[in-house]
Amino acid sequence: MSSQWASPKVTADASKKKSVGKGVFRKCDKCGATMPAEVFEANFEVCPECDQHHKLSAKRWRELLLDEGKLERWDEALVPCDPLEFTDGKRYTDRVAAAQKATGASEAIETGCGAINGEPVAYGAFLFAFMGGSMGSVVGEKIARLFERATEKRLPVVLLQSSGGARMQEGILSLMQMAKTVAALEKLRAAGIPFFSIMLHPTTGGVAASIAFLGDINIAEPGALIGFAGPRVIETTLRQKLPEGFQRSEFLMTHGMVDQIVSRLELRERLTVLLRHLSRR
Amino acid sequence: MAAHVLPFEKPIVELMARIREMREITRLTSQGRSFDTELKRLEEKMARLAREIFSDLTAWQKVQLSRHPNRPHTLDYIETLFTDFQELHGDRRFGDDAAIVGGLARFDGASIVVVGHQKGRGTKANVKRNFGMAHPEGYRKAERLYAMADKFGLPIITFIDTSGAYPGIGAEERGQSEAIGSCLAAMARARVPIVATIIGEGGSGGALALALANCVNVLEFGTYSVISPEGCASILWKENGVAADAAQHLKMTAPDLLRLKVVDSVIDEPVGGAHHDRKAAADLVGAAIRKAMAKLAGLSGEALVEQRYKRFRALGVVKE
Repeated sequence: MSSQWASPKVTADASKKKSVGKGVFRKCDKCGATMPAEVFEANFEVCPECDQHHKLSAKRWRELLLDEGKLERWDEALVPCDPLEFTDGKRYTDRVAAAQKATGASEAIETGCGAINGEPVAYGAFLFAFMGGSMGSVVGEKIARLFERATEKRLPVVLLQSSGGARMQEGILSLMQMAKTVAALEKLRAAGIPFFSIMLHPTTGGVAASIAFLGDINIAEPGALIGFAGPRVIETTLRQKLPEGFQRSEFLMTHGMVDQIVSRLELRERLTVLLRHLSRR
Repeated sequence: MAAHVLPFEKPIVELMARIREMREITRLTSQGRSFDTELKRLEEKMARLAREIFSDLTAWQKVQLSRHPNRPHTLDYIETLFTDFQELHGDRRFGDDAAIVGGLARFDGASIVVVGHQKGRGTKANVKRNFGMAHPEGYRKAERLYAMADKFGLPIITFIDTSGAYPGIGAEERGQSEAIGSCLAAMARARVPIVATIIGEGGSGGALALALANCVNVLEFGTYSVISPEGCASILWKENGVAADAAQHLKMTAPDLLRLKVVDSVIDEPVGGAHHDRKAAADLVGAAIRKAMAKLAGLSGEALVEQRYKRFRALGVVKE
């Protein structure tokens, strides 16, 4: 909310592309190691040198986590409206159209069902590239339906979050999505079905302050920025520089807010073990 | 009370002062009668002027009213509307956050749990109350009070008046996000009636944490928004000066909220705003709460949870 459209510095897709003679090379955002682009791609955008986790596309996430990369999609036809007729120099409808064109996605989240090492799950993944993964009416609706269907079908929910927070352009209605998604999650909880909350870089604002920390298991990616208020807002409020590592996954672990920090490359196996612990079959 | 006067309320406040003065003279002297007509004329003039000015306020002016330092706050409403108020302190985990007050009280003779944001009046009180911006402890206090209400079958009455949850280092260290999320979940599952009233500012998630209710009412000059107009302006327009524009675009005033179905009803304020007659404002708020409670009275715990679920489930606009 309030804050986080101040988008943290995230390169849109992965590390910077750079042509060096023959073939495309890429440079790690953190350690600067330069390697052929295929090396990054094959390693799911994790730097082999320093373990920096770069942004991973929704498609690659599916390939990484789901059996055969297969997601049976739910609610793909849901698209946003412009209830506030919002404009900030650029019309909201134009921003949505631009985001759809740039990402090829209909909204900032994809949901559906699939399996992880044979364990059936209801699965959702935010698309940060789509307007900063912001949660408006469509994202809220898709998450609510994800929890509702999962409750009905008795499927554990795995949700990958990467979001700046509520979508300002839908104003108060985007705030209401926090209430809606939490209330839907309560149904899942009441039915005794587990929720695995996976927090990627970044998870802030209205998404952080609604469902993100309500997982039965909360998992953070290494080095992710996770928090309520964006660092810029806090710095402006307090008029001081924030300490190194503030609001990063490791900070959250130290303060008892996440169960585990798991490397992307180990997430599938880790989830499998956890799913089997909590499934009552 | 005249210490804080917004530019657009100045003519009304001046007239009010003259009326007060005249009443005082009437009381002190025997020649009161001669002022009767003049008093009546002035009162009518003031009411007319107030209606004129207040019927045509911009969104930004309403934002300023919602933040008016003289506006009645949660404890003012508690004092007027309830009896036997017993404040309950602390989150039983870390501390007691004075930015959120809560406890047990009686409304129309029946026990209820009350929770509300509390702003201060004056610098000292505002520092104590952190300007109504709660830390995680505040939300955890609210959460435990919701749980208590659920356990003992007591209705929950909340008052919303905050610019937002506090964005600070300690707040992040102690899990501001988790605290708000858990607070929302506790409201979602409570098997008792919940009636929320936005009495001033309804700022973002920090406000919502007290507003996942069966019925949400807003005072005429209350506001409710996902982000402050200043914050919105600084992010989208990268400057602060256009907060007034942002206030307009955010559709955060009472009529907008009613149109978007985010609130169930708008509670009229006394002439010139709630801060000009706190008692009358409290009576109007009390009547609205009474009405909401009566509507919810016959519902079972499960039905209340379901009604609340459906209420929020329906909010949002999508195409399919």
